[in-house]
Amino acid sequence: MTKPYVSWGRYPFQEQSGIDLHWMPHTLPASIGPFLPQGNARSYGDSCMLKEGTVLSTRFMRRFISFDTESGIMRCEAGVTLADILSVAEPQGWFLPVTPGTKFVTVGGAIANDVHGKNHHLEGTFGSHVLQFELLRSDGSTRVCSAQKNADWYAATIGGLGLTGFITWAEIKLKKVANSGINAENIKYQNLTEFFQLSEESEQEYEYTVAWVDCLASGSKLGRGHFTRGNHARPVQPSPSRKGLPLSMPIDPPVSLVNSLSLQAFNWLYYNRQLDRVSYQTMHYDPFFYPLDHIHNWNRMYGPSGFLQYQCVIPMQHSEAAITELLQRIGQANYGSFLAVLKVFGDVPSPALLSFPRPGTTLALDFPYKGNKTMQLFNQLDDVVVQAGGALYPAKDAHMKAEHFQSFYPNAKKLEQFKDPEITSSFWQRVMESTS
Amino acid sequence: MKNWIVIGATSAIAESVCRLWSVRGYNLYLVARNPEKLDAVSQDYRVRGAGSTYTFVMDVNSTESHQACWDNAVAAMGRVDGIFIAHGTLPDQQACEQSFDTALAEINTNALSVISLCTIAANELEKNGAGDIAVISSVAGDRGRQSNYVYGAAKGMVSLFLQGLRNRLFKSGVHVTTIKPGFIDTPMTTQFDKGGPLWATPDQVATGIVSAIDKKRNEAYLPWFWWGIMMIIKHIPEFIFKRLGL
Repeated sequence: MTKPYVSWGRYPFQEQSGIDLHWMPHTLPASIGPFLPQGNARSYGDSCMLKEGTVLSTRFMRRFISFDTESGIMRCEAGVTLADILSVAEPQGWFLPVTPGTKFVTVGGAIANDVHGKNHHLEGTFGSHVLQFELLRSDGSTRVCSAQKNADWYAATIGGLGLTGFITWAEIKLKKVANSGINAENIKYQNLTEFFQLSEESEQEYEYTVAWVDCLASGSKLGRGHFTRGNHARPVQPSPSRKGLPLSMPIDPPVSLVNSLSLQAFNWLYYNRQLDRVSYQTMHYDPFFYPLDHIHNWNRMYGPSGFLQYQCVIPMQHSEAAITELLQRIGQANYGSFLAVLKVFGDVPSPALLSFPRPGTTLALDFPYKGNKTMQLFNQLDDVVVQAGGALYPAKDAHMKAEHFQSFYPNAKKLEQFKDPEITSSFWQRVMESTS
Repeated sequence: MKNWIVIGATSAIAESVCRLWSVRGYNLYLVARNPEKLDAVSQDYRVRGAGSTYTFVMDVNSTESHQACWDNAVAAMGRVDGIFIAHGTLPDQQACEQSFDTALAEINTNALSVISLCTIAANELEKNGAGDIAVISSVAGDRGRQSNYVYGAAKGMVSLFLQGLRNRLFKSGVHVTTIKPGFIDTPMTTQFDKGGPLWATPDQVATGIVSAIDKKRNEAYLPWFWWGIMMIIKHIPEFIFKRLGL
């Protein structure tokens, strides 16, 4: 049945059909035209969508296959979410090796987007911890792929945006933890220079680092925010419990609740929420990693027009200058959102052919969609990113130009050799097929 | 730690219920038609914390194998604390109107197989003087409607049968829970457009089922608001109801 599907950003709206696969398939549905494997559709833009095609959803393929509590090796169907894994593994002393800012993504989606988290500087991407997976192609062939076996398919599928075939199951290596606690430090910092100092001094001693940025601060305060760093709690510390019932955004407000007024108020309050420069806390991993998961459907606060995220990475040598320029342009437009995040990536290589994280600094910001105004600002930001030799993140993207994508990801042409002829996405059509 | 038999163990609702029971470490005796799917769910429950899991391949319409199914469960687990009956099909109403054989097959699957299983379970649990029988019926069994009255009649038979059984078993300490779900987003309802507030996920309904069994509820409408909807639907006078396009 065709209906308008939306991704997490609720922009763009595109008519497409959906088929739920409830069991690991032996073959893919035949003669349905172009299709795209889809997990929980938590990508922000159109990389998890296929206009006028069919998405094959794995949201019901949520079964675990095995879990070795000695080695931490877990095998599961592709639709198992990171939340499912945590609920099973964490009580037994195992944790996700890498986790993005939401636990509501599937393992298949995490592989397809080679997602990253607050420990990228030490652990690299999610793909680095994937031991093997099975890839089913539209011609009915299956391949078990690992770094040793079918290594070319393994590399193409990690970060391959779902285009190389359908992942039926995957096996990942979890990491040992003593308990559910995180020793977190929150440091209120004054400007961008201080952010880079804090990042550098925290790199070795802290597994997790990230900063929230007040995107409206300007002048000498440009880039100010809160730098968060943390480590898993030690065995002697008691396990903190999770607090609070989940909240929910039950309705679509008629207009975006994020506007210049609410943004100024929020950013001022959020920046000044702690009086001391540093606060220490041992907290449950849930609010540390997934503060937004606590509010179900928070994406609705942007109203019916939806929102876009702009996430770029800038190489280290140009980081400070380019991010200054980006924040200035955003500030001048007086347009941004509560959610602005900075993090310095490390140089741990990913096995992926196409992977977004690379050494440098990543900036991510949400913008309520305002038509031309959004696109004009994004074009201005693109200029800075391109000039600094940076890149944009397909999983968050709904605007990237084809020539930009192809220069950010020189291996894109190589990926086409592995792409399943029946599979494509709205994103891929936009950045590859419109030019070829 | 409890020992449960689950009939229709590969259905979406049964899966969601068994995942919750797995976290509690229950032992599960899983019954379904497809051995490959049974293995998949059985592995899943073990990883999620289930005690022991056992599988038994059976078509519920082979009523002659129901006793063997029960006996095997007792042999495997030592004792049976409860049986959860979750299998079912959603008939093509038009096909049932055209062919009595089709209607009969649907009534066999959705009603008579349940009655056979409940008959065995009731007698065995009555001897033990304790236990739970929990069965998924449907809101569709509360009133006949033109759009699915064959399914409705089968579920209505199940609901009535369970009422009588609950009455009979009360004094022996065996509890019967009738579960009446509304619209649920499962493979059984693939052909529907599942937008709208009336549709619930299997996980939401499973939480309600587990809680209804824990609290020894007699009847549980899931989600709860179906109780109100069905109160209204049941009370519309027949001379009006027959004119409605429901």
